[in-house]
Amino acid sequence: MKSRYDIAIVGAGPAGMAAAAAAAGHGASVLLLDEQSEAGGQIYRAVSRQNFKDRNILGSDYYEGLDLVSELASSGAEHVTGATVWQVSPEREIGVSKDGTARMVTAGQVILATGAQERPFPVPGWTLPGVMTAGGAQSVLKSSALAAPDAVFAGSGPLLYLVAYQYMKAGIPVRAILDTTPRANALRALPHLPAALRSIGALMKGRRWIASLRAAGIPFIKHIEDLKLTGTDCVTGVEYRRGKRWRKIDAAQVFLHQGVVPDVNLAMAAGCAHRWSAAQLCWHAETDAWGETDIPGIAIAGDGAAIGGALAAEYLGRIAAHGALHRCGCLGRAERDSLAAPFRRALAGEMRLRPFLDALFRPPRRLRIPQGDATIVCRCEEVPAALIRESVALGCLGPNQLKSFSRCGMGPCQGRFCGLTVSEMIAEARGVGVAEVGALRLRPPVKPLMLEELAALAVEPVSMPGKR
Amino acid sequence: MRRIGRDDAPQVTIEFEGEPLTARRGDSVAAALLAGNHRSFRTTPVSGAARGPFCMMGSCFDCLVEIDGAPNRQACMIEVREGMRVRRQRGAGDIGLGHSTGGGREDTP
Repeated sequence: MKSRYDIAIVGAGPAGMAAAAAAAGHGASVLLLDEQSEAGGQIYRAVSRQNFKDRNILGSDYYEGLDLVSELASSGAEHVTGATVWQVSPEREIGVSKDGTARMVTAGQVILATGAQERPFPVPGWTLPGVMTAGGAQSVLKSSALAAPDAVFAGSGPLLYLVAYQYMKAGIPVRAILDTTPRANALRALPHLPAALRSIGALMKGRRWIASLRAAGIPFIKHIEDLKLTGTDCVTGVEYRRGKRWRKIDAAQVFLHQGVVPDVNLAMAAGCAHRWSAAQLCWHAETDAWGETDIPGIAIAGDGAAIGGALAAEYLGRIAAHGALHRCGCLGRAERDSLAAPFRRALAGEMRLRPFLDALFRPPRRLRIPQGDATIVCRCEEVPAALIRESVALGCLGPNQLKSFSRCGMGPCQGRFCGLTVSEMIAEARGVGVAEVGALRLRPPVKPLMLEELAALAVEPVSMPGKR
Repeated sequence: MRRIGRDDAPQVTIEFEGEPLTARRGDSVAAALLAGNHRSFRTTPVSGAARGPFCMMGSCFDCLVEIDGAPNRQACMIEVREGMRVRRQRGAGDIGLGHSTGGGREDTP
């Protein structure tokens, strides 16, 4: 790793890989930093060392990632694995740790491609061992060929059905799928159906997963309104409610999912402006047509800015790369526009389905905002819903003040699994919009690092690239 | 959890709570423990409740374990290495003032 690059990209998922590959080869020095040991991100995790003989298990969409991985490998971009980025400053100084050593790298242009994480699912018992996210289940399936027979899948959204479908294809018995998609969502999604029908292939794919799961005799229970995970030291069962009736099934492994949301920690800590998205119920970065944020020279590409999925992320990565190349003087305006044009067209096609999916799989309020007082909201500091409501009743106006009331959001995950819940809870309790309540203020380091790493950082002045 | 499909990846032996545990090269510590049917990885500093891995992508920090004497390591983000000693983390973990974590460590926070 050098101390300075023209373009630095954080995250080697579809957006980051595409951005790095597109940016290299135009005369700019390009650095791609990623925490994992291999390229792929979450969606294409372990794609280049996959050893399932049967490609139908993970499906052809997954193996599409191989093209990106090889495009990146031959692009000339410097890909540093095992690199944890804990800071990006407005001056584009990147704090990164690798092998226990921290260092600062500066870049003329930064593209954040931090991707998505799963939305919090604060129901009773969601902290029990044996309860994981559906994305987590898919991670160990891809990277270690591990699966949990007789697991219960609970929640809503394409990833939940896809992982259950992948289990079925792999011959792993699934105990049940408890679908929490609200009945009323279909009607709300209807106005978006005509646009979605132009992406009929993708639409039918999801229907096929569900139809196959049902045809295989896996209980697929729809319109579940409430969930509780039970057990003391590990999860032992799931209680679920439809209408007024509660039922229970035994389960030693439960996979939860109710959509994905942008991983905003690095961008928010850099100071990039965000706005509340009422459609996706999460924070979106304010970006221009090239992904550039309100901080000059810092762009965001892919699901880290707004949820669009893997293919959209790839196109956005390429668009952001051309924008960055232009800003650092490697591409003229006309050349930038013409090179990016095909990706803009592909992106527009890819985004046609999104409003329909957002409306159809919008998680219900009662599964976003805990109804019971004892339900844990902040997993790290074990803050129950009651303490948050009490704090608001005492006059706490927002998530940052709530920290001093309760330590909510102050644990190692830094609000990643409570931030959205907290903002929505406070908004509900105060009777105001989430935008008015705001988000937890995030600060570097966005990932914990050793004090000795910080102390050992070189103290000689870092040469600063000229500000625009 | 159990291993499915072709399983010819080279084996790596680690130690969990003093007992040998066979993993596969490329496994994260969390995957290796899950393959050994361990679901509970630690107890929390606040209430002492049991926790295990949740997100498996480095975001939730619920899979924290002690690795080779160093606490607060993310089991889902660190690959297994032959002879690695892994223990459940109890509470906040002992930060072991005076214990050096530097020098030849291959895992990354």
